[in-house]
Amino acid sequence: MQLFPCPFCGLRDETEFHFAAPAGKVRPEPAGEVSAEHWASYLYMKPNPHGASREIWLHLACGEFFLMERDTMTHEVAGAQALRKEADA
Amino acid sequence: MTRSYSAFSLFREGLRGHSGWAPAWRSPDPKPKYDAVIVGGGGHGLATAYYLARNHRIRNVAVIEKGWLGGGNTGRNTTTIRSNYFYPESVALYDFALKLYEGLSRELNYNVMFSQRGVLTVSHSEGEMEIAARVANAMQINGTDAELLGPDEVFQKEPLLNRSDRARYPVFGGVWQGRAGVARHDAVAWGYARAADRLGVDIIQDCEVEGFVIENGRCAGVETNRGTIRADAVGIAVAGHSSVLAAEAGFSLPIQSYSLQAMVSEPVKPCMRTVVLYLGTGTYLFQSDKGEIVVGGGLDRVPSYAQRGNPPMQRTVLSGMLEMLPSFGQLKLMRHWAGNVDVSPDSSAIIGPSPVPGLYLNCGWGTGGFKSIPAGGWLLAHLIAKDEHHEISRPFDLSRFTTGRLIDEAAGSGIAH
Repeated sequence: MQLFPCPFCGLRDETEFHFAAPAGKVRPEPAGEVSAEHWASYLYMKPNPHGASREIWLHLACGEFFLMERDTMTHEVAGAQALRKEADA
Repeated sequence: MTRSYSAFSLFREGLRGHSGWAPAWRSPDPKPKYDAVIVGGGGHGLATAYYLARNHRIRNVAVIEKGWLGGGNTGRNTTTIRSNYFYPESVALYDFALKLYEGLSRELNYNVMFSQRGVLTVSHSEGEMEIAARVANAMQINGTDAELLGPDEVFQKEPLLNRSDRARYPVFGGVWQGRAGVARHDAVAWGYARAADRLGVDIIQDCEVEGFVIENGRCAGVETNRGTIRADAVGIAVAGHSSVLAAEAGFSLPIQSYSLQAMVSEPVKPCMRTVVLYLGTGTYLFQSDKGEIVVGGGLDRVPSYAQRGNPPMQRTVLSGMLEMLPSFGQLKLMRHWAGNVDVSPDSSAIIGPSPVPGLYLNCGWGTGGFKSIPAGGWLLAHLIAKDEHHEISRPFDLSRFTTGRLIDEAAGSGIAH
């Protein structure tokens, strides 16, 4: 059983978390000017890195999305930070 | 030297101490240049090389494998072969594979031990029975065998299933596909390897692709830890590592890699005849020819390349098993492992040209790679040889993510990813 760090609740059981998306994607706007290729790339293409990965996770217990840096090979977690802070900075 | 396998050759070798068996395939050094190079020595890669040689007479072909043959998902799956999907495109694809499996042992002169014992998908409520009827009807309309069973027929096929009044997931009935079954996974890889080798294909193990030779915007070969190998066309069939190779070639794929775990029990006397899947628990199981109970379930929902599973999903799968077959509570587990599967957004495969000309894709099979090996190989070989789609693979082109014409089997047939 692995423990994941929620920036709000601390270390919690991995079953309380849901992987949402790779980090770093920005929704292309305005919609009317976005080509099908660009939209498909935003919607479906994934970096899927082997090793260090930046991912958006949801802590189902508190309902907060946050950024988790982890390794997809070793499952080691390097850190987690609230997305709100990023938005403020 | 005994090259062709038969009851007679087995008998003859038995009389002379099995001294005459030749190695099933050569282990040549890579040549500097091939007509086609296939990256990935699993079932799909080896089948592609075989069908390039057999169907298209392209025999100057190499299969490059970074580890050993069939050591990835081909050796880590639960060997179930079925075509009980919802959409016409999917049934056409998976039933093509099933038909090829039906003749595969003879075709390859290698016993892949394909046992058509049937797959039983069990429903647990009136509502689920309506969905089961819908899937069975869709399968029949799409031209494959499907039957809707009531509870008595389900218990007749699998007497050990939970009949308790207090069952969390009671048996209301299910969908039966009798042509479905299981095969020996190693034999599929080895059979294709041996048959491809006999047609002149070079199988090169311990050779890792580290990059691609791109000339004038076209893929002209691969860079490996054993030097540059040039090729007119390159096919990649590397399942969970598809994104890694795509990144080397400069593009990304709509694929997320996850671990899919499975386990087997100690061998016990024959007690199961079919492959059983419960819609309620997501656990499926069957008894291998050796007597082990083979158990699988859903994905670990943590992006991973680790080829090992996490305990929570193992617990989910095993609690599912105990709900389905309470008497299995006494079984001891012997082995537990995981593969690294390539999951696409619509849970359907991706076969087609990549954004780099000369480089072709066979990936996105997710949890369903083993059952589709003959079709994946056949279709990728067609694509490489003719530089155009076979009609079965056309809907599975990478372009469907741009056009929006997805083949959403997660919604259609409720598969586990």
